[in-house]
Amino acid sequence: MKRIGLVGYAQNRIKSDAGSANEVELIMPVVHQVLSDTNLKQEDIDFTCSGSCDYLQGAAFAFVEGLNAIQTYPPIKESHVEMDAAWALYESYLRILSGEAEIALIYGFGKSSPGNLDQIMTLQLDPYYVAPLWPDRVNLAALQANSMLQAGKLLREEMFEAVCAAAQNAKTNPNTLNMIVPTLEEYLASEMISSPLTKFDCAPISDGASAIIIASEAACKKFDLEPVWIEKIGHQVDSGNFGFRDLTLVKPVSELIKKLSLDIQKIDFIETHTQFSHEVVLMAKILNRPIPQINLSGGPLAGNVMMAAGLDAIGHAYKILRDKNSVSALAHASSGPCLQHNLLACLRSHR
Amino acid sequence: MDSFKEKDYFESLISLDYTYTAGAATSRFLEAIAEGKLIGQQCPKCGAVYVPPRGSCPRDGVPTSEEVLLRDKGCIESFTVVHIPIPGNPIEPPFVSAMIRLDGSHISFLHLIQEVPLENIRIGMRVQAVWKPEDEWTTSLENIKWFKPSGEPDVNPESLRFNPK
Repeated sequence: MKRIGLVGYAQNRIKSDAGSANEVELIMPVVHQVLSDTNLKQEDIDFTCSGSCDYLQGAAFAFVEGLNAIQTYPPIKESHVEMDAAWALYESYLRILSGEAEIALIYGFGKSSPGNLDQIMTLQLDPYYVAPLWPDRVNLAALQANSMLQAGKLLREEMFEAVCAAAQNAKTNPNTLNMIVPTLEEYLASEMISSPLTKFDCAPISDGASAIIIASEAACKKFDLEPVWIEKIGHQVDSGNFGFRDLTLVKPVSELIKKLSLDIQKIDFIETHTQFSHEVVLMAKILNRPIPQINLSGGPLAGNVMMAAGLDAIGHAYKILRDKNSVSALAHASSGPCLQHNLLACLRSHR
Repeated sequence: MDSFKEKDYFESLISLDYTYTAGAATSRFLEAIAEGKLIGQQCPKCGAVYVPPRGSCPRDGVPTSEEVLLRDKGCIESFTVVHIPIPGNPIEPPFVSAMIRLDGSHISFLHLIQEVPLENIRIGMRVQAVWKPEDEWTTSLENIKWFKPSGEPDVNPESLRFNPK
């Protein structure tokens, strides 16, 4: 099968409020950065794909406005997913695999500061039976955390461990938000947002953008690019009906591991798209890893740009593989409530 | 609840509140129009002038940092006669919405044409802005009430085609 690799990744410094900066002003720096890092021009890019959500900006066709950041003359082939940009990468991967393109530019952007993120995310739910009850994003995450607590699959000490690990690991990543490492007393005494989730357990409101370039083996040779190969990639979705789901499991991830024949023990490190501390614990258990070894970048608990954080998990995995003496990494992206929709990408470097 | 009994459905409207941010470039435009000035921004590569500016040239994908002061005169690039009333719109149909291309700019924006019989409106017609009284000016393009014919000779639409430098 055609080999496809990641060749560049750029991330804005995440802000809790990017102020007056519009989407174009967020996207342009990362696109210019990733093009300059790879020594490529927009003319070399065969396919451009973005991930964003118009509900975040509160403006129809905001994703089209985002395109103002990209050089579009000579005309470009372009697409968009109303999802995390990890799925824009997946679409681009398929386009390259099918021979339609050789190099693709992917970007994701989100500003969560202008609106009420917790309410906005409610609108992705079933509009007949669930959305009218207005369970917000944190309520639903708390429902999952409670299911786990009651099933004996989660301890608050483990959630605390995930919070501390994120803050500790984030120190290596200058783009994350400043995190406080709480003491256990501080953690247990902090106010509940939605029990059992405190503000420490929830990813912070974040604004930013990220960009990635992927290329076929032929294009890597042509442009002298050093790839980290996407060895395996796939995605799977759980039911949209909460009643059909066991929230103490992430069935799509377990099934993807089998479907992609992933040997988790042989993977050096793992970056997950986990927006709440219990999600980190849940993923650590499924992947059979100690909690501090998940998300060496700090992960979304240290900065969670909506519609880019999944792409960031892939980007960080690429970056760590490139900069450190590691061979393989697993990146995870998610979409929907309570880890409903999941994407896994297994990356491998030359070494 | 009486009306609920009479119906087998009820309306449940969803609303979300946002703090809209225009971006650095558009904010500059809005600040300037509050003083009765029209500001565009020019692409350093192709030379195109965008008004209102978004801070980038979508052709070249670069920031448009150079500011250009524009006159409140231009021409009609395209137009449509609106016959259907729009709820909340104080203007009685039929009226004309037109794409206005200001002199010295390379992109048009939507505005109204008034003070001329509908049948006389045409592509290439020269127009000028009719401003609200100065004490009503805010950070809005609505400081211009509408555009009206300036009486100058028509522009050849072919001449509106953009030639990048």
